[in-house]
Amino acid sequence: MASVSDNVMKFFRRSSSQTAGEPALRRSSRRSSGMGEISRLLNSQEGLCVLDMGSTSANNIRFFTGKGHKNYSEDLLFSSLDPALRIQDREGNSVLDSKKFLEENLVYPNAHFDIVLCWNLPDYMEEGLVKPTIDRLWSVMKPGGYLLAFFHTRDAGPDSICYRYHVTDSDMLDMQEVKFAAPGRPASEKQSPRLQRVFNNRHIENLFRDFASIKFFLARDAIREVLVVR
Amino acid sequence: MDTPQTGEFAHIGKSVVIKGELSGSEDLYVDGNVEGKIELRNHSLTVGANGNVKADVSAKSVVIQGKLCGTVIASDRVELRKTAVVTGDVTTQRIAIEEGAFLKGKVDVEKESGKAAAPSSS
Repeated sequence: MASVSDNVMKFFRRSSSQTAGEPALRRSSRRSSGMGEISRLLNSQEGLCVLDMGSTSANNIRFFTGKGHKNYSEDLLFSSLDPALRIQDREGNSVLDSKKFLEENLVYPNAHFDIVLCWNLPDYMEEGLVKPTIDRLWSVMKPGGYLLAFFHTRDAGPDSICYRYHVTDSDMLDMQEVKFAAPGRPASEKQSPRLQRVFNNRHIENLFRDFASIKFFLARDAIREVLVVR
Repeated sequence: MDTPQTGEFAHIGKSVVIKGELSGSEDLYVDGNVEGKIELRNHSLTVGANGNVKADVSAKSVVIQGKLCGTVIASDRVELRKTAVVTGDVTTQRIAIEEGAFLKGKVDVEKESGKAAAPSSS
């Protein structure tokens, strides 16, 4: 039977051990049509509540609070790696306790957020947590609120780099490779999360079926941006 | 160890455990465990790298290098150093966050006049 650490390690790419002298994390930038739409909302109103579900980003906090909005940070991908969330199902398989996950994360009043930035979370999060997380987001978003998510296309290989996104301008994002140590591993062994799945358009529509509308933006890189309205 | 620049400050060492309400009229450096409430109206609080604070904090400025779980209200400034792990809401006029800092919670940046101020990153 696979150990907890084995189940956690499957979320990381094999080839990414951090060693002394390794080059700095890869960075690049991209234009984001979805972020452009959200920026129009940010510029038209004040005091919006924004939930950023990526790694803590000083850039993002500066961007949103500089415009007079409240920024909430919650790195759900990192939180999902907590070994205390692992339980065994009836067949003895190791699964994540989604109920406990949502008791400890995304705990907010209903209809609280105007904007949610999911980034690439659904592509990298364990399957059993994806739908419960989206359902919780529906509850905590205000009607008319925007949710932005990025999904890899079929062209993306299993070793697609996991990025965190920093907002640098109204429609520009700085992409920085994500690496973190699996629980119980030293910081010197930081690795990149592994792409868990590639959603097709039908899967994405099903994932957000409780939302009012969905818009797809295609780009030249292997990413689909999805802007959803609650 | 990044200690405050002011000449006098109180120091809670890493072996010290305090449960209750702390208040004072001087700067405070916490490298131990504090649980409860910390109020330093016109002074600064520094949570050292070994510090573990589970408290609501109210101070003029707050510098965090260790762990803090609770709400932070700083009338002037909050700094999250790269080893900071903060769980809770932060309200301040200015905030600086180093790469590597972890924050789970809300950031509300507002000037005394009520207008939002742009934070900085280190």
